[in-house]
Amino acid sequence: MIKRILGTETEFGIAARNPEALDPVSTSLLLINQYPYLPSTRVLWDYEHENPLLDVRGFEVEGERERPGPEYNRLLNKVLANGGRLYVDGAHPEYSTPECTNPRDVVLYEKAGDRILRQCCERAARMKEPSHLVLYRNNTDGKGNSYGYHENYLVDRAVPFETLMKYLIPFFVTRQIYAGSGKVGAENRMPPVPYQISQRADFFETLVDLNTMVKRPIINTRDEPHADSAKYRRLHVIVGDANMAEYSTYLKVGVMAIVLMMIEEKGPLPEIELEDPVRSIKEVSRDIGLKSPIRLSDGRKYTAIEIQRLYLEASHRFFEQSGGDKGTRDVLKKWGSVLDRLEQDPMQLSRELDWVIKLELIRSYVEKKRCGWDDPRLAMMDLQYHDLRAEKGLYAALEKDNYVERIATDREIEAAEQNPPTDTRAYFRGTCLKKFPKEVYAASWSSILFDIGNTTIKKVPLMEPLRGTQSLTGSLLESARSIEEVLSRLSM
Amino acid sequence: MSKQEHKTDRKKEAGKKEEEAGASPKGAEKGKKIKEDLDKLMDKIDDVLEENAEEFVKNYVQKGGE
Repeated sequence: MIKRILGTETEFGIAARNPEALDPVSTSLLLINQYPYLPSTRVLWDYEHENPLLDVRGFEVEGERERPGPEYNRLLNKVLANGGRLYVDGAHPEYSTPECTNPRDVVLYEKAGDRILRQCCERAARMKEPSHLVLYRNNTDGKGNSYGYHENYLVDRAVPFETLMKYLIPFFVTRQIYAGSGKVGAENRMPPVPYQISQRADFFETLVDLNTMVKRPIINTRDEPHADSAKYRRLHVIVGDANMAEYSTYLKVGVMAIVLMMIEEKGPLPEIELEDPVRSIKEVSRDIGLKSPIRLSDGRKYTAIEIQRLYLEASHRFFEQSGGDKGTRDVLKKWGSVLDRLEQDPMQLSRELDWVIKLELIRSYVEKKRCGWDDPRLAMMDLQYHDLRAEKGLYAALEKDNYVERIATDREIEAAEQNPPTDTRAYFRGTCLKKFPKEVYAASWSSILFDIGNTTIKKVPLMEPLRGTQSLTGSLLESARSIEEVLSRLSM
Repeated sequence: MSKQEHKTDRKKEAGKKEEEAGASPKGAEKGKKIKEDLDKLMDKIDDVLEENAEEFVKNYVQKGGE
């Protein structure tokens, strides 16, 4: 796969047996502080370069920037051995993958995150009261409250934002046909429906904005690259569902990486403009037969599958000229095959795609129980599909009994919990933490700070995500006997 | 915040559509097997599903996301 810096953030839904006793903020804090395998519990999160209020449209929005004191900082943030971050954001536990370069690694590190949160839950359950805490990798409580799953893609700063918007809007509106996680019912004052493709579609109310919490936009304009800002922008994508199915995650991220590459390199992308993307995203989500046309501004009509096919055909043309490595070819092949099967009969994807897996499960249940689609057990199944617990989660049960296609193996996922990707700066972050846990004072995406016992803190900037890799720093980190040695050899 | 809107339109299209659970490109044999497995799975779901689903779902409220 052609290298692109990718990573995702997942906020987990949190519940307890006794809902009155659940304070989501303190419970989230309690949870993440249960994780036993941190290289160091003393590491601070370095907020110096963070500014989520910067807008790509060239202004800074007023608001309070986050700057917790050291003790609270440590309570809120855990820098992981795999280079990722476990933290509390608002009222949810959240996990960020380390920086990856390909969709398969994103699958691995997302699943490693689930493992981490599952262990936190298990440990919390052993504490004083039987708190019966449950975490869900989903995006909605079914009552109009959504929480995010955000994808991050580092993009060449030279590409005008308008160009990104133009090509990404039709793509985002339609990619849910393989990337949606499925949902029973509707919310956020949207028209009722028994079942829809996406968890999040009901929540998108505007086309472009900086907001992520209210009036959510299809295109988010946060301009916070966590890297050299002259060279990169970080495309912060909030218009996606958190997936349980590895296949859905793999396609969601892999196809996006291909489309971004074509945008950067002026590939032969389709020139289409949707008449009303905000309306269309909800209509596509409600069209489980995938046959309804979407109106373009020029009056033409295409189905969601046809629009995805335009992007797929463009990709084939693009890679016909430039070749395409094994990783890219695999994404293209799976993407094409999924679109073919969706066209014949979406139910053929009941091993691959979340929204189909869940739909088949619920349909079968409706048939067997002869219940209506308003039966609360179906809403429970919807929620429990995303339950992280091995013994309770419905997706977990399907995976255990081999009902779903895998991209990763359990062994690889286990390894990804403790080992960073080797081909990004996450390698340097994770390896330093593991090898010199006492000396790491603070870390962030773009820096790592060392306390080497004298009065000054030494900061190593990591502004280039493709550096700090194993091939660039592996032998240095392996052979160095002290952090001083690493620092002196780095500055040579 | 909007009200809960799980009260969906009866069975409508999703419910009425033909049961295609067993459909598999690999052929009818495999399809039949999957169908039988699904039946078993449905029984399992009742064992696994949270008790008092209605109450549980009603109490599941998440604020302060993103």
